[in-house]
Amino acid sequence: MRSPDGGDPVTLWQTLLMNLPFEWAHYDFMGNALLAVLLVSPVLAVLGCLVVNNQMAFFSEAMGHSALTGLALGALLGLADPTVTIVGFAMLLALAMFLMRRYSAVPPDTSIALVMAFVVALGVVLLSRGGGFARYSRYLIGDILTITSHELGWLAILSGLVGCIWLFLFNAFFFVSLNRSLAASRGLPAALLEAVFSVLVAVVVAVSIPWVGLLVINSMLILPAATARNLARNTRWYMLGAVLVSLFSGVLGLVCSYYWNTATGATIVLWACGFFAASLVLRRR
Amino acid sequence: MTTDSLPIRSCGECCTRLVDFGVMLQGRPVLEHINLHMHCGELTSLIGPNGAGKTSLLRAMVGELSHTGTLRFIHHGNIETTKPLRIGYVPQKLELDRTSPTTVLDLFAGALSRWPLWVGTRKAVRVEALSKLELVGGESLLDRRLSEISVGQLQRVLLALALAPIPELLLLDEPVAALDQGGMERFYQTVSRMRTEYDLSILLVSHDLTSAAQFADRMILLNRTILCDGAPREVLLSPLIRQAFGFGFTAQEIAGRRPALKDLEHEQCALPMEGIP
Repeated sequence: MRSPDGGDPVTLWQTLLMNLPFEWAHYDFMGNALLAVLLVSPVLAVLGCLVVNNQMAFFSEAMGHSALTGLALGALLGLADPTVTIVGFAMLLALAMFLMRRYSAVPPDTSIALVMAFVVALGVVLLSRGGGFARYSRYLIGDILTITSHELGWLAILSGLVGCIWLFLFNAFFFVSLNRSLAASRGLPAALLEAVFSVLVAVVVAVSIPWVGLLVINSMLILPAATARNLARNTRWYMLGAVLVSLFSGVLGLVCSYYWNTATGATIVLWACGFFAASLVLRRR
Repeated sequence: MTTDSLPIRSCGECCTRLVDFGVMLQGRPVLEHINLHMHCGELTSLIGPNGAGKTSLLRAMVGELSHTGTLRFIHHGNIETTKPLRIGYVPQKLELDRTSPTTVLDLFAGALSRWPLWVGTRKAVRVEALSKLELVGGESLLDRRLSEISVGQLQRVLLALALAPIPELLLLDEPVAALDQGGMERFYQTVSRMRTEYDLSILLVSHDLTSAAQFADRMILLNRTILCDGAPREVLLSPLIRQAFGFGFTAQEIAGRRPALKDLEHEQCALPMEGIP
């Protein structure tokens, strides 16, 4: 990741922040964390809009919790960085749950609850062997302050990928979410699009978990969309509103967590909850 | 709409043919041995008790459910393909969250354009949406949210969407179930007009047997397979109706209805098609 003038983009970014008149902006870890928030929150917000439209909030929650098993698999395989197993397991699970939703007679909320119970229990059993569960608590609450510039590069690639998919396939995803038969009648491969969307949500959630924490990841997906939904007059403002709410709560949450010395992910979610409450009040008027 | 601006396209060529068509749902056959041949300009009413497989038939025809047997489409010029005709579909109901910000225009943009909705909506989409909404008397609904319009209005919007672009086969799944008597009559009249103006072949699922009979050219009684297929009057008088629904009709009951619209104004393909590519 080198820009044309030979400067590392992350270094350039940090130089830029140095010139800001804020104390927090002068630390490299805060600069990296801010960049991570700016990359991840819009992605979570736009995906969240369709997750809410598709009534998949419970599904994405299960994706987050599947990280426990993914993490355990990584530990069993002796990997230093379990991201590969977390993402891989989430993708597999997303496909399995997609098939269950489509072909099984079990009501979707029941089947998701079953799957979630299973992956959480399996993950906890594997991780707690020998009493070492505390080592993994980082994944529960997330730690965005330790993100490295190498990892930022991966986040940038992922955001770019989601951006491209959103440019080319958004209308198709959107139309399938309205009514599957209607979409099929217009020649859209409804089942394939649903599967792709499920996997996309799984990947983004799994990649974000080490930084956001699996306990609060789903709120970062759902809350901006739920907030924008209360106020938007059309789909365009629904998406843009969700991105704005997500960016504002992300940056405010990060800065507040610095001053309050609290976990960043949870602080961001509290801001998002605040915005949601405000949107309810505004909607009433 | 003027009668001298465009050449008249009288067709009678394109049709939809189902041969030994069947659908399985969760390992259980819901439809079997369906043989059906539908022509353009023909309004076929599909009736049958609950669970007869009417919706499944439509969902299989649009390609959402897989099927056994063959589904063939014959296009202009007698070209036979398995590639579908342009299908317009009006689903039974659109499940909507009351907080959904989706507008009528969003619905059209999502269907007609690949230009992402969140970037903006192309002018051409707006124009097309408006012209199709005019056909059903819904042009004032363009910027309204789907969650704030009435069931009847939503049904008209969905019909307008099914007409963009003008399809060759129009499938309507109980489009009047939620409408009052007046709304239902207006809906049937609009659909009936579309058939003659655009030479569509229409398959209409309905629970209101006498109204369906009034507007249809042909009626099909379905219960897992086709039990009866013919002129609406004959089908309604058939003893199979009593078997399927638990009640029957007398000749007087049917004759007592006012004459079917098609008898009054049915001129096949007589009107030009405005705005058809």
